[in-house]
Amino acid sequence: MENLGALAVLLAFCLSIYAVFGSAVGALKKKPFLILSAERAVYSIWILLTLASSLLVYALLTGDMRLAYVAGRTNHAMPTIYKFTAWWGGQEGSLLFWSWILSSYSAVVTWTNRRKFRQIMPWVIAVLMSTQCFFLILNAFVESPFQVLAVGKGVVAVQDGRGLSPLLQYWAMAIHPPMLYLGYVGFVVPFAFAMASLITRQPGDAWIHTTRRWTIITWLFQSCGIILGAGWAYAVLGWGGYWGWDPVENASLLPWITATAFLHSVMMQEKKGMMKVWNMALISATFLLCIFGTFLTRSGIVSSVHAFGVSAIGKYFVAFIAIGLGACVYLILSRLDYLKSEAHLESIVSRESSFLFNNLILLASCFAVLWGTLFPVITEAIMGEKVSVGAPFFNRVNIPIGLFLLFLTGVGPLIAWRRSSLESLKRAFLWPTVAAVLLVAVLIVAGIRHFYALMSFGLCLFVAATIVSEFFKGSRAIAARNNMNLVRAMVELTHRNTRRYGGYIVHMGIVLMFVGFTGAAFNKDDTVEVGMGETFRLGKYEMKVREIQDGDTPNYMWQRAIVDVRKGGEQVGTLRPERRIYKASQEPNSIVGIRRRLNEDLYLNFASMSQSSSDKAVIQAFVFPLVSWIWIGFGVLFAGSIICLIPPKVRLQYARTEVVGVVQKHAKVEK
Amino acid sequence: MKTYGKFAILVVAIVGTLIWLAAGGISESKTYYKTIEEVTRMGQDSYGKRIRVTGDVVPGSIRREGKEVHFTICEKDKGLRLNVVYKGTDPLPDTFRDDAQAMADGKMDPSGTFHASSIAAKCPSKYEAKPGSGKPAAKPLNQKASIS
Repeated sequence: MENLGALAVLLAFCLSIYAVFGSAVGALKKKPFLILSAERAVYSIWILLTLASSLLVYALLTGDMRLAYVAGRTNHAMPTIYKFTAWWGGQEGSLLFWSWILSSYSAVVTWTNRRKFRQIMPWVIAVLMSTQCFFLILNAFVESPFQVLAVGKGVVAVQDGRGLSPLLQYWAMAIHPPMLYLGYVGFVVPFAFAMASLITRQPGDAWIHTTRRWTIITWLFQSCGIILGAGWAYAVLGWGGYWGWDPVENASLLPWITATAFLHSVMMQEKKGMMKVWNMALISATFLLCIFGTFLTRSGIVSSVHAFGVSAIGKYFVAFIAIGLGACVYLILSRLDYLKSEAHLESIVSRESSFLFNNLILLASCFAVLWGTLFPVITEAIMGEKVSVGAPFFNRVNIPIGLFLLFLTGVGPLIAWRRSSLESLKRAFLWPTVAAVLLVAVLIVAGIRHFYALMSFGLCLFVAATIVSEFFKGSRAIAARNNMNLVRAMVELTHRNTRRYGGYIVHMGIVLMFVGFTGAAFNKDDTVEVGMGETFRLGKYEMKVREIQDGDTPNYMWQRAIVDVRKGGEQVGTLRPERRIYKASQEPNSIVGIRRRLNEDLYLNFASMSQSSSDKAVIQAFVFPLVSWIWIGFGVLFAGSIICLIPPKVRLQYARTEVVGVVQKHAKVEK
Repeated sequence: MKTYGKFAILVVAIVGTLIWLAAGGISESKTYYKTIEEVTRMGQDSYGKRIRVTGDVVPGSIRREGKEVHFTICEKDKGLRLNVVYKGTDPLPDTFRDDAQAMADGKMDPSGTFHASSIAAKCPSKYEAKPGSGKPAAKPLNQKASIS
């Protein structure tokens, strides 16, 4: 069976090489049959990789311990769901998963565009398949998931595997990697379209229109992946936080930042024909950072708590990224004529300039995160000494950037294209500004002195007020004209221009998430050693350890502290922080107890039993104000993104949206 | 061109501020990666610098005293040891236990004890065997199986 799997991967690898050259040669020599055969190769690769993946999943589910991958990632007692998720729980499997997602995306793109874009499609396929080819090299020759343990040559067969790392046996962690991968891999598609339109010297922005939805969906997947990772860190890692600026976290954030910048700056190209080179650069950067992110996570180049460990695949990634970077730079530079801007910046107070600042600031943040992440590598290369930077560096740079972005979120969408008059600015921003200043004054009186926190709360209200007033103004006009109530008018308004109002809702989600982030300025924590029946306090809470239970499941042993929580003399709940020792891996894990409320979370971690006296428990208690708003804000962001994807009721006509690239004469390729 | 001039000034101002902030952040949080051997060799130079030192936790050396956690890390092949005191508020990671590879972040004091403000730990062979040590996972797994 493992031979069949390995063979499928190997065949897929050969086909991917064929697809690259078939498409490219077919397009250059105008040979329709070559192009068509390359398209069929794309479908075949998908079938082969689906077969290989199914075989691996089957082996994982049935516990085929002959396979090194299965024995290293599963054990018999593990719940079935985690046996399945072990597919992406380890190095080899997750790389196969990457390949499989890419092949699925490629098949979908090839199928949906089989009669469209005949000029650029062969090149889209060539770019997609080059990436596919790279990952198949890793699957087939470097990190094969179908490696068999050398049983028989003096080695005893394995009865049971080591099990999936307990940290990964959690629901958010089961779906976090696929989400992130769907996002990472998804950006290969807009990138392929961008490069194909560069190669074929397409004028116009066909590639942007074609991939707009695609970009939003993959961006959404990426956002989900990042936030699930944060939620997982919060609930499972037990260090009491959702973000630690760890290299692996940064790796997922980097392409997200450039993707966000890209989503904004394409609007400039769509509506004004500006920033064409910039957009090409951004989509290339996003693609390369996606590969780079995979590289960081997989190669262990920067030491990280939850990286996959040191591996030999680093040099392959470096080579691929270098080739990719070279190709992008060459293509953009050699086709600058096709990327000329059609308009100029007219005023510093204009929509254009707010987009420019948005991009500048996002890029600065991306650069800072990249710099900080690679600091040990850079200093080692220059000074011969590894020096790393920690959370203070990232916070110092990114907090002001975040606040400035928040400000632009409020200002940008409301100021006019080209230039804005002082009068219109006053009309739009007077009340939001007054509200924000009032809020800050109230907070100062209430005793809050934290500068960034004050700024953040003020800006949150400012942005929220501008968004609400936009909705209100628009829907009031509709309500008056069509005799509707305000709520229906608001739905109607959103439906008429889903992109704009969906975007506002996304911004609202961001505002709510910032409220949650700001809560971190007021975190409280304490570590105590308490015996049974003893109480301890943190903030307004009084906690009493009622008992400590223990037990056993086939997969792990557990120990649980039952803690009664009182607030103002009243019993408000019971928390049950738990410690587990997984049997197969002998690795411990904590399941923290969290009392989630909108104003603050009470978070208890059962760290260990005390080493000085055996009947005492070491408990870490945290109070995290406002943290729930991060998850709520994300929900709003998710809804807003979905609304952006709904086709608008009214087709908006822009002066320059003619779709170039749909060339009918090449349609005969399809027979 | 006047607009572009203004724009350039703003860009320079923003980028300048960020660089200034970044420089501050770097000098505040820069940490040197050292092995136990290097820390020992640095002697007095090591006092006051933020250092990240990595070593294996000596079995049985972890001791809790109130909020402090004492333990010893060693460099196995060189036989060097370093005493560490952890006083941080963050919970110790679950992976921190005997024989785990621990990464302590902190400063040396003149008595030769390392004061850590944060600890990260990795279980030995958590995900992968190191490259060059033969077939991934095959050896340790079978050893474990034959012992049990």
